[in-house]
Amino acid sequence: MPSLGADMETGKVVQWLVKPGDRVKPGDVVAVVETHKGAIDVEIFLDGVIDQLAALDQDMPVGAVLAQVLPQGAPQAPAPVDRLVTQRPGPTSPTADAGGRDAAVAPPAFAAPPPPPVGPTGRARVSPAARQRARALGLNPDALPGSGVGGMATLADVAQAAAKAPSAPDQAPGAAAPHTRASGFDAVQMRQAIAAAMSRSKREIPHYYLSDNIDFMAASDWLEAWNRERPPEQRLLGAVLLLKATARALREVPQLNGFYENGAFRAATGIHVGWAIALRGGGLVAPAIHDADRASLTELMAALSDLVQRARSGRLRSSELTDPTITVTSLGERGAQSVLGVIYPPQVAIVGFGRVVPCPWVVDGQVQVRPVVNVTLAADHRASDGHLGGRLLAAIERALQSPQDL
Amino acid sequence: MNASDIRTLAADVLAGIAPEADLSGVGDSEDLREALDLDSMDVLNFIIGLSQGSGVAIPEADYPRLFTLRGLVAYLAK
Repeated sequence: MPSLGADMETGKVVQWLVKPGDRVKPGDVVAVVETHKGAIDVEIFLDGVIDQLAALDQDMPVGAVLAQVLPQGAPQAPAPVDRLVTQRPGPTSPTADAGGRDAAVAPPAFAAPPPPPVGPTGRARVSPAARQRARALGLNPDALPGSGVGGMATLADVAQAAAKAPSAPDQAPGAAAPHTRASGFDAVQMRQAIAAAMSRSKREIPHYYLSDNIDFMAASDWLEAWNRERPPEQRLLGAVLLLKATARALREVPQLNGFYENGAFRAATGIHVGWAIALRGGGLVAPAIHDADRASLTELMAALSDLVQRARSGRLRSSELTDPTITVTSLGERGAQSVLGVIYPPQVAIVGFGRVVPCPWVVDGQVQVRPVVNVTLAADHRASDGHLGGRLLAAIERALQSPQDL
Repeated sequence: MNASDIRTLAADVLAGIAPEADLSGVGDSEDLREALDLDSMDVLNFIIGLSQGSGVAIPEADYPRLFTLRGLVAYLAK
């Protein structure tokens, strides 16, 4: 069971997307795991053939074995199989077991218990997403025909059933499909998980805070010109400029991009920005936008749009929850003017952007009205000092003055 | 499109963005962003849906005219 963030203790496999004998390669989505952040698509990081799978619908602690995988190239190996918890092996994880085989195991802090018994799962099941969609459409989820693995009813089955249904009450299935936002998480559970992670942060991390106001006129003019020539579906949000500017700035200050673990800071290898997304009905997730410093603005816009939709419909991927190397929170056009964040451990920094507001601004000794955005940094004093943090804010400010280069 | 078609379109698009929202409780001149708690991404998706559903190009500068039901009916009916 992968740890999908500092606030996760247990998870439950609700759907297997592979079966014993299936060939898998790194990055394949193999299971749907239900957590307080909703149903998460869990990716595998091994190359091989699925041998055994853990049972469905059982609460399992982080670190428990979900599946066993026969390493690729040794399909006839008799007994030894790799234990798999679908956790990407980090530098602190052993990369090989005693036999020298590749093994993706839980971080040392979590001992992997023996795999739970794998039994036949004959009864029909309904995936949580399908159950929610079915309910939203006024269908009985338990009456759905199951075409998925093990007879599981999936979203496709719901769509089919809905198409046959005489009349769906509120929405046509076609209209509902692209934007389904059944909140795939338990609000009470999520609140508890946020409480645990944030309490740990405030207990363990000595935060320091910096704040700056940034002239947003160049960025805002550039954005207006870009959007003027394009239809709505190709337009960009100001958030994308903030995201890219931050990711670029982190290249100059890598000491704020990484993790504080076992008494030391470890810089991350890529810049994977955790983007804070508020969920309707309360709660928050900050899934990763991978290599944000290298993506174009249009790619980032597409990634952001996709991420927001999946976060709200409860279909994030496990790597998106485990990979963020820093968090960025942007309050948007209806938010407050400033936000001082709480670091999400084991990250060492969180950058916050307020709403863009017209402000009096001094240019060449004259007062002008300019769009201004407040940026803040909350960082871990065990890993860096304010002097370094100031360099990050300065680099963000500089990047936003040349939006055409972002 | 007539006013009734436009209202249906707006309701369909909003149902995709905020499925739990009850549009019948939203006043004609109420700000939809406040009433339905729409963020910047929601607003953009709303505009995309309205533009594609009505065939009307909606420049960014005109967004504020579509923030109320009355405003968007008037805008898209022209």
